[in-house]
Amino acid sequence: MSHPLYTLELTGAGMWSRIIGRNKTLRLTDLEGGANVGMLLYHATERHERYNMPDTLKGQHIFYLRAPYCLHSDMGRLFASITQDTPGWHDTVCGGSDTALVHQKYGDKTFQAARNDFYRNARECFLIELSKWGMGERDLVPNINWFSKVTADESGKLNFVSHHSQAGDSVDLRFEMDTLVILNTCQHPLDPDPVYHPRRIKLEVFQSEPPAQDDPCLTVRPENARAYRNTQDFYLLAQ
Amino acid sequence: MSAFIPTPSTLDPAQACYDHTVLAGDHWVHEIKKGQTFRIVDLEGNQAADTLFYSAHDPVERYSASDTIRHQAALYLTTGTQLMSTRGNPLLTIVADTCGNHDTLGGACSRESNVMRYAFDKEPMHACRDSFIRGVQCWGHDLGKRDITCNINFFMNVPVSPDGQLRFADGVSGPGFYVEMRAEMDVIALISNCPQLNNPCNAYNPTPVRVLIWD
Repeated sequence: MSHPLYTLELTGAGMWSRIIGRNKTLRLTDLEGGANVGMLLYHATERHERYNMPDTLKGQHIFYLRAPYCLHSDMGRLFASITQDTPGWHDTVCGGSDTALVHQKYGDKTFQAARNDFYRNARECFLIELSKWGMGERDLVPNINWFSKVTADESGKLNFVSHHSQAGDSVDLRFEMDTLVILNTCQHPLDPDPVYHPRRIKLEVFQSEPPAQDDPCLTVRPENARAYRNTQDFYLLAQ
Repeated sequence: MSAFIPTPSTLDPAQACYDHTVLAGDHWVHEIKKGQTFRIVDLEGNQAADTLFYSAHDPVERYSASDTIRHQAALYLTTGTQLMSTRGNPLLTIVADTCGNHDTLGGACSRESNVMRYAFDKEPMHACRDSFIRGVQCWGHDLGKRDITCNINFFMNVPVSPDGQLRFADGVSGPGFYVEMRAEMDVIALISNCPQLNNPCNAYNPTPVRVLIWD
């Protein structure tokens, strides 16, 4: 891919939110191994339209995210396609940590005691960033947890797979719709590691080409082709 | 799937303080007070009851599929499951269940998702998320689409395999199967009795469900 338009290194338990236009690609890179990136997606202008975990899963008959699959909105359209992915498994059913979970798992570390190493949680990070775009609790829905692998046994019991993502692992999201991206790097809520240690990541944004007709993300399932056509129709009518 | 042991209820329907039948494809909104017991009966079998819960006093606090899954570290809902809110509080606890397999990954059908999943000509078909919207609009509080989040599908079977495949399978419910839950706070229950005709979640034949409440 060409030179990035934008590069940022985000601290562990860091927050970030920006609008990324369609035909741009966001690359997330795990810098240390064991990163987790909690992410929510909203239509850049029509904020009631948001990432929908059930439509993404049932539309593609999958329980987890990987290339070459897509991220579906709740309006039958696509936010983004996962065009490249080295870990091969990303969770989207377990949600994020909250104050009670962080307290129970790691104890307390306050700003007064630790300054900017104080313990943060995913729920608060989402709410802080959502508020900066005029949004709030009503907009909280099940999120994506990039780089984290959680499997289910036959009875539905979940298992967090430790040491899944390695330093240098990355995932590329090609945006098909102008999208408000809200993310944070808090640890996965089911990570059994008793040590509070959220990992750093790198964010890069690249200009990318519109998908070709035989694009693997749009041909892997006929559902994705129809959702892509709905997305194209939105811009055909709106612009 | 591990063997399911049904946990029947001792409550007598004749003693219920509320007893109502939600017709196939209809929506239903009703308050359940803290401490009351709420039962949904799958009258004819294999009917998906798409359900959302909200705090009756502050509807911004509502059911959260991911918090419920995370809290029990398991996907399927049955006796013992606490239905968690977006603020991490239990809304209700499942106390009896003769079906044993309730889904919260599959979400609700919508006209838009029917187009994505099946075909462009399915768009006019009646769908759960339209019913949910009408339900919250009838309740008030200026609620709408923004307040429709990922729901529970009582009686619906969405198995996930260890290698990560997910499918909509034939139901494991049958006529008269029920699930019962105790309210842990005053809640509003919103049901869309699913009208879906494109997959086996209703055995291609939507049917009524019965809702009962005991003090």
